[in-house]
Amino acid sequence: MKTRSRRRRFGNRGGLAGYFFVAPSLIFLAVFVILPIMAALYYSFTFYDLMREPRFIGLDNYTKLLDDLRYPRAITNTLYFAFGTVPAGVVTSLGLAVLINRSIRGIYTFRALFYMPVVSSFVAVSLIWLWMYEPQFGLLNTTFEAMGLPRLKWLRAANTAMLSIIILSIWKNMGLNMVIYLAGLQGIPPHLYEAAEIDGAGGWQRFWRVTFPLLAPTTFFVVIVYFIGALQMFVQVWIMTTQAGNNALTGGPLDSTITVVVLLYSNAFEYLKMGYAAAMSFVLFVIIALITVINVKVLGYDSFS
Amino acid sequence: MAVARTETVSTLRSEGRRWPIIRRTILYVSMSTIGFIAVFPFVWSFLGSFKTSEDLFDFAINDPSTYLPVVWKFDNYTTVWALNFGRFFLNSAFVSAAITLAHLTLASTAGYAFARLEFRGRDVLFVAVIATLMVPFQVTMVPLFIMIKNFPFFGGNNWQGAGGFGMVNTYWGLIIPMFPTAYGTFLLRQFFQTLPKELEDAARIDGASEFRIFWNVMLPLSGAALAVLTVFSFQFIWNDFVWPFIITKSEELKTIQVGLANFRQEFTTDWGLLMAATMVATLPVLFLFLMTQRYFVQGIALSGIKG
Repeated sequence: MKTRSRRRRFGNRGGLAGYFFVAPSLIFLAVFVILPIMAALYYSFTFYDLMREPRFIGLDNYTKLLDDLRYPRAITNTLYFAFGTVPAGVVTSLGLAVLINRSIRGIYTFRALFYMPVVSSFVAVSLIWLWMYEPQFGLLNTTFEAMGLPRLKWLRAANTAMLSIIILSIWKNMGLNMVIYLAGLQGIPPHLYEAAEIDGAGGWQRFWRVTFPLLAPTTFFVVIVYFIGALQMFVQVWIMTTQAGNNALTGGPLDSTITVVVLLYSNAFEYLKMGYAAAMSFVLFVIIALITVINVKVLGYDSFS
Repeated sequence: MAVARTETVSTLRSEGRRWPIIRRTILYVSMSTIGFIAVFPFVWSFLGSFKTSEDLFDFAINDPSTYLPVVWKFDNYTTVWALNFGRFFLNSAFVSAAITLAHLTLASTAGYAFARLEFRGRDVLFVAVIATLMVPFQVTMVPLFIMIKNFPFFGGNNWQGAGGFGMVNTYWGLIIPMFPTAYGTFLLRQFFQTLPKELEDAARIDGASEFRIFWNVMLPLSGAALAVLTVFSFQFIWNDFVWPFIITKSEELKTIQVGLANFRQEFTTDWGLLMAATMVATLPVLFLFLMTQRYFVQGIALSGIKG
């Protein structure tokens, strides 16, 4: 409706020019994002090792996926990671945002400090935490010992390795989602709080009755984006629990940290099973597409425009 | 922002009524604790990067004098630099700058057209661009690698893309696949929508072409939005690991994150050296962030995620 009235007032602005302006962007998106998705589907039906021409093998890659013993392990690990990081991460970020949403002295400094892990690379922070997790001389175990707590094996034990990666990942992302929540908090009209206060609502009640319900769309957005991100976890495992060229130590110990993308990577670029890896990529794509569709259905297209 | 300010004032007022000092103390103590948790690993890594193996061995938690290096020596840094990190650093700087420039060009033109020009299919195309935001790189990396390897006329390939290595292990292969930026397009569209219409109407009455309006009227007003995108893109590419890791084979082409990851495989327990390498890879973005931090907050606010 809005567009139509504007057109009547100003005539058709920049008909052809519009296409020229968007063409370069769209061409790059088509070639380097859309085309690869279709290519993934195509290669997923082939056997391809980069040396010989791709050979069509029908659904073999997908049936092989069902037999691959590491694949279900990778899926459960990835889900463990996702459910370990997302709820705790969302609560942390919302807490931080509420804490920091006020104009007091030094608030910008604190905001910057909380955001520092976000701007550093995953490779770098994984290395730093790898050192802190080091069982013998690492900072965490030496501190634990001084406090009279038992030493843990962290990344070196199958039952704590993924947990260690989850802790690092929550720490890494808390500032990012904090800023998203902050934008949401600042969009809440202040008169609602005043009304709640007049009705005698305390701080805790105001949070649960006003803040939390009004932030529901933000929470949904954060949860979905966070969850999709978690499904792609790779770097932490590559740096912390993998020894390059050693299959037994990929996503170790005892496969406890192998994820979907780690498995995808090692099939594609270590064993050159391109078709098989493409099938894994496509399954991942379908899962993420489904989550996105739910996202758009619930949030509505409006929240993106 | 005006909304935010009144809101915080009202919160402050209600806080002022009840035991303000205790509240404030609790607030500052908890913020400092969290700030400490957020920053301490970097500080620890920074200190470690100056330590010798003996310093690291002598470290004891109950002796604070061992927290700092005995002598502040740059040995780890000179070793790291000699092990090709200078080259990795320059590669990352070059690749990040080139891709950022492409993002600015592509996102500003497309974002402008999506925000302010009218053409058939505009809204459908925009939804398509937004949809690609949700396509994770890990899904496309395998076919993308195959495409780059079979890129026609590059690296000894014939027109069918066979015979050579295509763009694998070249700067082209590192840079060009990173050009698409749905996020940047979205960001700049949001920004261009906020500019007043009177500006372009005046120019249009004067008979200016669409490109001139964009270049001479709109772009000069977009400094802040372009700065946001510059900072975001540069930081993102500088920190990117997976694609450079897949596409580079020779030492001369590796970016700093790839160099750092390989370093970890090579010097598994030489923590002083590893932390120096980590600092070389991290300090530039931390510095960039501290210089430009208001743009980060603005960028996320501009994305228009509404509560």
